[in-house]
Amino acid sequence: MAKPPKKEKPAIELLRKSPTGIKGLDEITGGGLPKGRPTLVCGGTGCGKTLLAMEFLVRGATEHDEPGVYMSFEEKSEELTKNFASLGFDLNDLAARKRLALDYVHIERSEIEETGEYDLEGLFIRLGYAIDSIGAKRVVLDTIECLFSGFTNEVILRAELKRLFTFLKDKGVTAVITGEQGERTLTRFGLEEYVADCVIFLSHKVDQQIATRRLRIVKYRGSAHGTNEYPFLIDEKGFAVMPISSIGLDHAASSERVSSGIPRLDTMLGQKGYYRGSSILVTGTAGTGKSSMAAHFVDAACRRGERCLYFAFEESRNQIIRNMRSIGIDLEQWANKGLLEFRNSRPTLYGLEMHLVTMHKAIEAFQPAIVVVDPISNLVAAASDMEVKSMLSRLIDFLKTKQITAFCTDLTSVGCSLERTDVGISSLMDTWLLLQVIEGNGERNRGLYILKSRGMEHSNQVREYRLTGSGAQLDDVYIGPGGVLTGSGRVAQEARERAETLERNQDIERKQRDIERKKAVIEAQIAALRTEFEVERDELERAIARERLHQETISEETQALARSRKSDGFVLNKENAKSGKRGRK
Amino acid sequence: MTGGTKPMGSGKSKTETVEVRYQLRLYVAGTTAKSVAAFANLKRICEEHLEGQYSIEVIDLLVNPQLAQGDQILAIPTLVRKLPEPIKKIIGDLSNTERVLVGLDIKPLG
Repeated sequence: MAKPPKKEKPAIELLRKSPTGIKGLDEITGGGLPKGRPTLVCGGTGCGKTLLAMEFLVRGATEHDEPGVYMSFEEKSEELTKNFASLGFDLNDLAARKRLALDYVHIERSEIEETGEYDLEGLFIRLGYAIDSIGAKRVVLDTIECLFSGFTNEVILRAELKRLFTFLKDKGVTAVITGEQGERTLTRFGLEEYVADCVIFLSHKVDQQIATRRLRIVKYRGSAHGTNEYPFLIDEKGFAVMPISSIGLDHAASSERVSSGIPRLDTMLGQKGYYRGSSILVTGTAGTGKSSMAAHFVDAACRRGERCLYFAFEESRNQIIRNMRSIGIDLEQWANKGLLEFRNSRPTLYGLEMHLVTMHKAIEAFQPAIVVVDPISNLVAAASDMEVKSMLSRLIDFLKTKQITAFCTDLTSVGCSLERTDVGISSLMDTWLLLQVIEGNGERNRGLYILKSRGMEHSNQVREYRLTGSGAQLDDVYIGPGGVLTGSGRVAQEARERAETLERNQDIERKQRDIERKKAVIEAQIAALRTEFEVERDELERAIARERLHQETISEETQALARSRKSDGFVLNKENAKSGKRGRK
Repeated sequence: MTGGTKPMGSGKSKTETVEVRYQLRLYVAGTTAKSVAAFANLKRICEEHLEGQYSIEVIDLLVNPQLAQGDQILAIPTLVRKLPEPIKKIIGDLSNTERVLVGLDIKPLG
């Protein structure tokens, strides 16, 4: 409900506001309650009306120099003092310093007899006196409805109530009037008709056995305000409202990268890892090593000297430390150094919104660089998808504005689609890793995919995710005819491949040896033939030489004969010699 | 209803008694019609039924606002029976004599 441009205001002077000092409430109301006007705070029993009212006064008295009057119709002053001592409010001290005036109005129907006309001037005088005695700027009437049980004449009562609110406005005090929730109306006796300026409704709903306190501004005349139901918390420090959804989508985007703690995963994520301030989701079925991946991330961050806040909804701090030691990660050292803090709580401890509020408070207090939520699925259990999405988006937005890297794990149940988370939260996540069980060969192995990673190059490959004594490791997987091979199947395949390679190598060697051998054989044959040839040639040459010698001998003899016969027929002799040779052969 | 008497001017007035059994206190805020009527009615009833056994103290809260808290006064006018115990309160202008008598636990004299 924004302010409608009606004739109401000449818009010259903006509505002045009185800060409540209550964490978050001032943000929703845009500065506090309307100054100098009454505000109605209504809700059921035990929803925190009294606390809200009292904190408004105490904060006003201590932080904003506005003394206050607390007029109680239900609780005695001593009871109030005791009750609020547990929140660290020393009402006696404030009263002694005239910063606070407590006035207990006792109404007992049985003691009062009504005869004829009356008015509530006595109440006005008491209130006026209390206001004037300490110069109060703030007034609380808790719960003024008690008047209705004390007086029978409602006509008079309503007229007087109307006069009371006028009186408060005339006094210029910022008033908080509490009222019990009615069946169909905001308050049982319709107080809302008198208080037209600002109405705050508190509820304490129990949904699936989990109680959540919520605050809603039903109306705030003349001012813009948050309209949602905001969860609030009552703890040892008082009232705290979280105006979470008021955060817009205007956070900075860092291009700085942070290591995932697993070198090969960094490689898969464009060589560098996640973006700082981004949100990372790891989904997987039970026992796929989601927490181990978180531990790696935390370990790497602590090594860089960054602070980490670990919200664990399944395991205790010591259990996590022990378990992570088994994969070679010592988280205890970081915890001891104050870099790592665990917040362990049961998801059912309180509602989703309350978890969010407590997480906010823890984050504000610890100021971490990295937040781990392990697992978010446990939070999901008690709420609808819608609620989960809204809660997580507020958490993620909040972390992003603070440039805190969020690492969430999510347990998907077996049988569900792997992308089941899609409906809920994946759209909020920048990087989504999927751990999957790959079953085969009688064993289960873990596979890791990157489903998405906004704004960076990332691997499309499935990797086998192994948890070893020295941390998580990623290995390549084999794509065989039967699908992806992991674990011992992968080992066997590796062995088989090694064997095949060896065999091939041996084959090649054998063939090469064959060549050598054949070459040797042929060469030997060649050598033998050559030797044979040599032998034959020698023999023939010897024969030739012998023939020649013989021929020469013959011709010499012939010449000698011719000489002796004084013959001149040389030619004839030569021919005879030749034919003689042939004839011999 | 005899509204003509003017006992309110002093703020406090006491009726002399011999034996005070009924100690009454009337809280008013200034001289309003209701206050005047209440005082007159009270005076009349006391004279009629409690003659000689009562005292009336009128407290004007405009003069002494701090006194309102002590007797838990909200409505004006309020008549408080301080004695005898227990404390009884009657609010209004006391125009209904019967109810005043019941409220003060006084048995009508005949």
